[in-house]
Amino acid sequence: MGRIGNIARRTFLIGSAAVAGGVAFGTYAYKKPTDNPLLDHLGEGESAITPYVRIDGQGITLITPRADFGQGGYSTQAMLIAEELDVDPNAVRLDPGPPSAAYYNGAVMEEASPFPAYNTDPIAERARSFMHVPAKLLGLQITGGSSTVPDTFVKLRSAGCVARETLKQAAAQMAGVERSALKTQNGQVILPDGKTLSYVELAPLAATLDPVMDVPLRDESTWKYIGKDTTKRVDMIARCTGTFDYGIDLAFDDMVYASVRANPGIGGGVKSYDANAAQSMRGVQKIVPITSGVGVIADNTWRAMQAVNAIDITWDAPDYPASSDEIWQVLENAISDEYQDTRNRDDGDIDAALGDGDVLEATYRIPFLAHAPLEPMNAIVKVSDDKCEIWTGTQIPGFVKAHAATMTGLDADQVFVYTQPMGGSFGRRLEDTYVLQTIELAMAVKGTPVKMTWSREEDFAHDYPRCAQVSRARGKVANGQVDSLDLSIAAPSTAASWFGRIAMAPPGPDASLVAGAWDQPFAIPNYRVTGYRAPETVPVSSWRSVGASGNGFLHDCFLDELIHRAGADPLMERIRLCHHDVSRKVLETVGEMCNWNGHAIGENRGRGVAFTMAFSVPCAQVIEVTNTPDGIKIDNVWVAADVGKVVEPINLEAQIFGGVIFGLGHAMNCELTYDNYVPDQTNYHRFEGMRLYQCPQIMVKALENGAKIRGIGEPGVPPAAPALANAIFAATGQRIREMPLNKHINFV
Amino acid sequence: MKLNVNGNEHEVDVEPDMPLLWVLRDELNITGPKYGCGVAQCGACTVHIDGMAVRSCQMAAGDVDGDITTIEGLGTPDAMHAVQAAWVEHQVAQCGYCQSGQIMAAASFLDVNPEPTDDQIDHAMSANLCRCGTYPRIRAAIKTAAKNLSGT
Repeated sequence: MGRIGNIARRTFLIGSAAVAGGVAFGTYAYKKPTDNPLLDHLGEGESAITPYVRIDGQGITLITPRADFGQGGYSTQAMLIAEELDVDPNAVRLDPGPPSAAYYNGAVMEEASPFPAYNTDPIAERARSFMHVPAKLLGLQITGGSSTVPDTFVKLRSAGCVARETLKQAAAQMAGVERSALKTQNGQVILPDGKTLSYVELAPLAATLDPVMDVPLRDESTWKYIGKDTTKRVDMIARCTGTFDYGIDLAFDDMVYASVRANPGIGGGVKSYDANAAQSMRGVQKIVPITSGVGVIADNTWRAMQAVNAIDITWDAPDYPASSDEIWQVLENAISDEYQDTRNRDDGDIDAALGDGDVLEATYRIPFLAHAPLEPMNAIVKVSDDKCEIWTGTQIPGFVKAHAATMTGLDADQVFVYTQPMGGSFGRRLEDTYVLQTIELAMAVKGTPVKMTWSREEDFAHDYPRCAQVSRARGKVANGQVDSLDLSIAAPSTAASWFGRIAMAPPGPDASLVAGAWDQPFAIPNYRVTGYRAPETVPVSSWRSVGASGNGFLHDCFLDELIHRAGADPLMERIRLCHHDVSRKVLETVGEMCNWNGHAIGENRGRGVAFTMAFSVPCAQVIEVTNTPDGIKIDNVWVAADVGKVVEPINLEAQIFGGVIFGLGHAMNCELTYDNYVPDQTNYHRFEGMRLYQCPQIMVKALENGAKIRGIGEPGVPPAAPALANAIFAATGQRIREMPLNKHINFV
Repeated sequence: MKLNVNGNEHEVDVEPDMPLLWVLRDELNITGPKYGCGVAQCGACTVHIDGMAVRSCQMAAGDVDGDITTIEGLGTPDAMHAVQAAWVEHQVAQCGYCQSGQIMAAASFLDVNPEPTDDQIDHAMSANLCRCGTYPRIRAAIKTAAKNLSGT
C-alpha cells in the first residue's frame, strides 16, 4: 500500500493533471479543500481535521457523506474511518454532513465509460479515470450505482490515517516527544509513559498543524474491522428497537403537517380544483396550490391526507401516451435505424451468420416497475426570508440544495440540507419532486416548519419507474455450441430522463440502454448488441441495478435458449464461452456450491443458471424449482459473486439476499400498467414484490479474485430473474419471455 | 379520549375515526410504529393491544379497548425483548423501516405459538412486507427467539 500522498494523487486528484487548470475547481487537499463545509460553521474551540472527521467539545464525529437507505452505508463508512483513526465506531457520532462538492463521487460515473468492466487495458482504465473528472467538477455528490465502497475504500481510510497522525503530531509537540514514539487507541494518544491525551483535547492544536500525509495505510493483516465476520452494523440495535429516526419520524415543536396530490400524468398541470369541502375539515390550516397539484397544510398528517383526498381536481393531460398498449407500440416501433443509439458490441459477422439456416428468434418484454420503498416520500422544510432548511432522505443532496436555491430565490449558501436516514430507496430518492413540493408549501407559511408526507397511493401514482423494454433476439447454434447472438433492445434513455429533470441531459449515447447485455464476458463468435433509444413516454428513473435489471433477463434467458437448442449443458457452455478469468471462476464456484450435475434433476424439478456482470461485479446464480400442482416453488438459490475485497461479510450476505429477493419478487409478481396516464397499481396489494412464504433458501459465496474492490448493493439483482425463468424452463419446458412471470405461470 | 401506551396514560382530543397509527405518531410523537401503506398490506404499523398484534393504521382510535404496546414498549436498547435481541444477533435489519412491525408481529406470534414450525413461521410472517429482502434472517431470528424464550 502506498503512502497517503501518492494515494491522494492517484485517487482524489486523479484527472487533475489531465485538466490542467483544474486547480480552480478542486485542488482537493486536506489543508485547503476548495469547499469544505465543515469549516464554515465551526464554533469557537472547534477544529476540523479532514472533511470526514470532526472533533469538537462534544466528542468525535465521523462524516459519512454517502446516504444510507438500508444498505448499511453509514456503518461501512464509519468503520473504514475507524479502522485507521482508532476509535470505536459504536462510540462516536455519525453525521451525513452537509451537501458539498468536496464529497463528489468519482466512482459512480465509471459505469458510463464505453469499456466493459472486464477490460482493464490502460486505455480503458484511463477512460474510467476521466469519468471522475466531470463528477468532480460537478461536485456530483450522489449515492448510487453500488459505488459507496469503491469510492470510499481508500478515501475514508486515508482520512482516518491523516487525522490520527496529525493528532499524534499534536500530542508529540505537547509532550515534547517524537511522534513515532506514540500509539493510539480508542480515541486517545498514548504517550511513552503510558499517560493518555484524548483526541478531543488535542484537536485545537492539531488544527494549527500541517496535516501529516507521509504515512502508509495500515497493512490488511492488522485490520480490526475490515473483512471480519465479527463486524456488525453500528445502528442495528437502534433499528430493532424503534429508536432509529428516519426522516419521516423527525418533529419540531411548531411544525405543521401536510400532504399533496399532484397530477399523476407527469408534467400535466391542474385544470381546476374545488377545495371547499377540504377547507372546512378539522385541522385544516391552508390549501396551497403547488406545481401540477394541490397541497393541504393541517395539524396532523392523517387530517392533511383526508383533506387533500377531498379536493376535487381536474387534471390536464401530459404529453405522452395514456395507456400501456400505446406505450408498448412506441417501444416496438423504436427498433429501427432511426432510433439506433449504441452498438458497443459487434463481434464477428452477425448479418452473414444469421443470413440463412436455422435462426432462433424471440421477443422479450420487460415491464415498468415501481421503487416503492416502504418509507413514503417525505420532507420537512422551513423557509424564512434569508434561509431555507431542508430535512429529508435524499441520494442527491447537492441537487436538492441547488433546486431549493432556485425555487426560493435564496443564495445556495442560505440553503441547508440535512440528509436523513431512509427507509429504503432502490433509486427512488435520486428524484426530489417531494422536496420541491414541500418547499412550495413552506413558502406559503414562512417561518413554520412543514412536514409533508405522501400517501402510499401518491407514491405509486408518482414514481418515476424502471423503464419498460422490448427486445428482439436472434441467434444460431452450430456443432453443439452457441455460435451467434444478436440482441436489439428498445427502451427510453433513463439517463436522459433523469438528468433532464435534475440538471441537464448529457449528449451522446446512453450505455444504460444496453448495460448488462453488451458488456458480458462471453466469446460468442458472432455477437451483437444494439440499443435503440425509444421516445420517452412515462418519465423513468434508475431502479436497483438500472439497465442491467432488465437486460440481464433478456440477455441471459436468450443465451439459455440457445444453449438448450445446442444441446449443451447450461453451466458448462457458459463457462466455455467465458473469456474472463474472474468471471469464469464465479461460474465454476456456483457450480461447486450446488453440486451442479445438469439442469434436469428429476420429474417436475429443474435448475436454471444465469450470469450477469453488472457494476463490474460478475455474479452467477443457480436456482432450483419444483413444479407443484399449485404452481412453481422456488426451493434454493446459490449465488457466487466477485467483489475484489469483502469489507463486511455479514452485510455483504444481507445485500445479496436483498438483491436476489428484490430481483425474484419483481420478476414473479410485479409490473406497473398504465391506463389514462395512471398506474393501475395503487398500493402493495397489487405490487407485492416477494412475501416471506415465497422466499427460498439462499446460499452466498463472495470471491476476492477481482483486481478492484466493488460494491454489492445492486449486482445480486440482475441474474435472479433469468435464473428463475431458466429454472422454470428446465422444470416444465415452458419458456417465459416476459416479466412478470406470473402472467404465464403460477407461483406458490 | 384516554389511551394507555407503553404503561403511560394519555388524554388525546382526536376524532374517533382517526387511525391509532396517526394518534401515536403525530399526537403523541411515538414514532416506532411506521406508516407504510395505510391499508393493512405492509404491517409496518403493527402494535399490540393487550398483547395481540394489530394493524394500527386500520384500528380507529375510538375502537381501542385495551392497553397499547409499541416497539418502544416491547424492549429498550438497554433491555431488549428476546425477539429484538435475536434480530440484533442475526443482523436482520437493512433499512429497518418494516422491522418495528416485523418484531411486534413476531413477538405476538411467539406468545401464542412458542414452538412454531417453519410453515407456521412462513404463514404468520407473510402479512408483513419487507422491501429490502430480510426474510432469510427473519426466519432464523424467530427460531433463535423461540429457543431463548422457551429457555431451552
